[in-house]
Amino acid sequence: MTTVSEIFETMAYGPAPESEKPALAWLDQHGRDFGLLVGGRWIKSDGGEGFDVINPATTAKLARVTQAGEADVDAAVAAARTAFPAWAKLSGHARARHLYALARAVQKHSRLLAVLESLDNGKSIRETRDLDIPLVARHLTHHAGWAQLADSEFAGYGPVGVVGQIVPWNFPLLMVAWKIAPALAAGNTVVLKPAEFTPLTALCLAEIAHDAGLPAGVLNVITGDGRTGELIVKHSDVDKIAFTGSTEVGRIIRKATAGSGKKLSLELGGKSPFIVFDDADLDSVVEGVVDAIWFNQGQVCCAGSRLLVHEGIAERLVTKLRARMEKLRVGPPLDKAVDMGAIVAPVQLERIRQLVDKGVEEGATLWQPSWACPTDGYFYPPTLFTNVSPAATVAQVEIFGPVLVTMTFRTPAEAVELANNTPYGLAASVWTENINLALDVAPKIKAGVVWINCTNLFDAASGFGGYRESGFGREGGREGMWEYLQQTRNAERGTRNKRRAPVPRSDFRVPRSKQVPPLDRTYKLFIGGAQVRPDQGYSRKILSPSGDLIAEVAEGNRKDIRNAVEAAHAAAGWSRTSGHNRGQILYYLAENLAQRAAEFAERISAMTGGGQAGRPEVDASVARLFTYAAWADKYDGAVHQTPIRGITLAMHEPIGVIGIACPEEHPLLGFVSLVAAAVAVGNTVIAVPSEAHPLAAAELYTVLEASDVPAGVINIVTGAKDALAKVLAEHDDVDAVWYFGNQAAGAEVERASAGNMKRTWAEWHARDWMDPKQGEGQEFLREATQVKNIWIPYGE
Amino acid sequence: MDTKVRHGAPVVSPERALRVFTAPQRNPGTPLDLDLVRALRINRSAVERRAATIPTRRTVKKEWQAAWLLRAITCMDLTTLQGDDTPTNVLRLCAKAKNPVRRDLLDALGATELGIRVGAVCVYHAFIPLAVEALAGSGIPVAAVSTGFPAGLNPLPQRIEEIKASVAAGAEEIDVVITRGHALAGAWEALYDEVHAFREACGAAHMKVILGTGDLATLVNVARASQVAMMAGADFIKTSTGKETVNATLPVGVVMTRQIRDYHERTGFAVGFKPAGGIRKAKQALEWLILMKEELGDRWLAADLFRLGASALLTDIERQLEHYVTGRYSAAHRHPMV
Repeated sequence: MTTVSEIFETMAYGPAPESEKPALAWLDQHGRDFGLLVGGRWIKSDGGEGFDVINPATTAKLARVTQAGEADVDAAVAAARTAFPAWAKLSGHARARHLYALARAVQKHSRLLAVLESLDNGKSIRETRDLDIPLVARHLTHHAGWAQLADSEFAGYGPVGVVGQIVPWNFPLLMVAWKIAPALAAGNTVVLKPAEFTPLTALCLAEIAHDAGLPAGVLNVITGDGRTGELIVKHSDVDKIAFTGSTEVGRIIRKATAGSGKKLSLELGGKSPFIVFDDADLDSVVEGVVDAIWFNQGQVCCAGSRLLVHEGIAERLVTKLRARMEKLRVGPPLDKAVDMGAIVAPVQLERIRQLVDKGVEEGATLWQPSWACPTDGYFYPPTLFTNVSPAATVAQVEIFGPVLVTMTFRTPAEAVELANNTPYGLAASVWTENINLALDVAPKIKAGVVWINCTNLFDAASGFGGYRESGFGREGGREGMWEYLQQTRNAERGTRNKRRAPVPRSDFRVPRSKQVPPLDRTYKLFIGGAQVRPDQGYSRKILSPSGDLIAEVAEGNRKDIRNAVEAAHAAAGWSRTSGHNRGQILYYLAENLAQRAAEFAERISAMTGGGQAGRPEVDASVARLFTYAAWADKYDGAVHQTPIRGITLAMHEPIGVIGIACPEEHPLLGFVSLVAAAVAVGNTVIAVPSEAHPLAAAELYTVLEASDVPAGVINIVTGAKDALAKVLAEHDDVDAVWYFGNQAAGAEVERASAGNMKRTWAEWHARDWMDPKQGEGQEFLREATQVKNIWIPYGE
Repeated sequence: MDTKVRHGAPVVSPERALRVFTAPQRNPGTPLDLDLVRALRINRSAVERRAATIPTRRTVKKEWQAAWLLRAITCMDLTTLQGDDTPTNVLRLCAKAKNPVRRDLLDALGATELGIRVGAVCVYHAFIPLAVEALAGSGIPVAAVSTGFPAGLNPLPQRIEEIKASVAAGAEEIDVVITRGHALAGAWEALYDEVHAFREACGAAHMKVILGTGDLATLVNVARASQVAMMAGADFIKTSTGKETVNATLPVGVVMTRQIRDYHERTGFAVGFKPAGGIRKAKQALEWLILMKEELGDRWLAADLFRLGASALLTDIERQLEHYVTGRYSAAHRHPMV
């Protein structure tokens, strides 16, 4: 036993354990054997299959939980479906009261949840007590507010229906809150599956929620491994899937839900850059790194795992970092004086070890502190790699452990290049005392969250989510609410897309001969601001409804798409032009289209056989161009009210290069409605016009040329629409694809998009493009943008 | 617990004793490095986040807490700096300095042999002879505040003379105040010259340089003033006079200790740190010790490199020690008053 006088000399830290007894007592109350919480009560699975939940710090068994099978998932979905109408119909105020009560209940049981979380996951009690659980309560309170305001702030929108939610093991309860709070606030009912390593706090919360009066069936929690997740994803009566986890599984889910009409939001992996410029406060940077990569043992999707340092200060910073690492304490998670707890499971520990071995093998320099980790649980020490090249495995792969890699840069431009040199785009951290530099760099980084001189700050008021292969959709803030809402118009139609008749093909019709041959017009492709011949010298015949040959248009192929994508990227400067300038060009486009209104009207009528329908469509197209010219300098971001001294800027950024397969009906208006929305906010596009009626778009080539639209901003490739849409969806340098057509091809687009996890907007139900309520507005602008939240603390 | 009443001399390994007790070489100062001073950058928000987690990342409980509190006592500059100070309360302070913890508590803690006494007694110049006499033979040095404390705006020759007079009267430690205006104006040469002159006047007496951080407006000013004071020969840098509206805060402590670390890495000289003002609770004392251990290391947990300027703090520490010994919450009146 250590004596006071000994400690007086050594001034060592001693043990400071938080008691595990209340949490174990809660487990005992349940006999350490958990069923599923479905329809407001605990049920036991018929299958009888289950698995043990292990405390990773001790390897002791905590409890046994159920492996939910097909019948269980059916029961949970049915319970949610049954509860849905009443829950959706509740007033926003009533739902606000429920969420508020839940937030209060979480606060009342905060220590129980904190200890349980630490036992289950292995993360330190300091983190669960000071971060996880307070953020859970904050998220619920914030969304109680959205429930209260839903009717006024989201007028015309309603819940999606039954939502399947699958959360990971790294922030077990916090991710539950991020998922259920917006879902319930918007009026959805939920089937939630916690991760198999960490199901306990979700079960505890579900029990607390029902004790707090949440109606039966509104929140159903079922446990199980990936098989259970798959059952939820594929369940036909689930209207939306929200998933947080690995990009690998996200990709599987994207494919599995393709064509189902299920709404989807994915928050996936990351390899986030932590950029340090030479004028940063280096001692504060060191603490930032601690918070970035040694927070939650580095098992954080947005962990700053790539330290990018200006070459002039790299050595100093690494020296400081090593000194700091020497002082980190790894130990029992319930000890109130440790920095890092245990890794969640042996499989994760093994993955970390293998990747670290790989790093050493590939020639990087490894450094770990001199002290040893405990050996009775799954622990891994903080680890630093220097001499790492961007090609190294450890620089590319998400390790999901306490492993930091360091690279150096020479200039701000190179820092940005290195930062973006990854398929991911979740978060970034930028350290400099120069506000000009910080605010210049932040928008250039492809990431959903950028922290200036801070890292890993989260708040319910600020959306969180990724760019690129880090997924799509946001959690938190107004932007997060949209993920759980749909237009009530859609809800009335039925929650999911209905099949539509396929487009009649015209290829094999034999044209009638004309007495006087028409003056030939050659419709090529419009790529990079010029009319170009298609890669292969094929054309397709365009017939009128009565079978007359109207014209021939170029038959684009995959190489034409490739060229168009190159051209669209070359025009990336469009995103940096002012909203005013983009508006001016759209107005000018409208002006030039209006001048040729009669001609376009005649073309449309000839193609569609719509009689006099051509003219109203042209007029509507001119008006639509005006709409997006108007929006070009008005689709503002927001300043979120996060609890820091500083500002959190929610910027609307263009997605980048968007492939757009236009609807068959309304060949001009459909094209204009989509393309104008995309380019108004700074995207560049490759548009594939209506396959049956491409001439309206093809006639636009000359209008575009006359209207000062910069080369490459709008590229048009005519041809077989569905096939070209698939090429766009498969292209890894296309950032989003919009598809309007039939369900089979829409499904194909969604499936193919999983390659680079690009965003998709696929629709196969009819939309009345002439009706401004359906054909234009913020719905389109939201699809055309992604929100980047930039956190900027200040204070001298 | 039985262990609480264990007696006997502490078991300290030779290496540990060496590590803890080797006297640091006195900081002779360096030339003023203006480039370094001006290049300093401090991010306030980041520093505040670090400071906020000092008390949440680390804690000490039970015998560790008792031991750390005893250590805090040995690092205490037991202070009285009031306009109504008279020999009566100064003598009482000196008596308390020699016996800061009730004997029965020390026995129960097994700490009797540790010779617990405070780091110094800190008074105005007028009470130096009285305090020196009262503390004779105890080994406790007398510290005097000087140089026109607390504003430091008296004529420079007078401030220099004040130091010399205090040293002559027997003060072994001199707490000087800087001209805050120099820092606010960025007149670092003037500040350097001033502190350098103070140091010369101190001679063999140890000099603690009070920055008056509550007056310095920004954390970067705190960092720069810290560096200049050390370059000019400070033995200690100290946060506050206790008379500013904002006194010792953890963010300021984070900044100052980081400058001490930087100076030590650069020059090899270990400069001490003294937070003062507003430190009244045992828990705060532990937080400051944790800050020292985390930012500077174990060597800075001894009285030759760390002092806590305080008076009421001692009573709260005694109460916590009694709670540790008895398991019951204590009351201030159970401990001899300061």
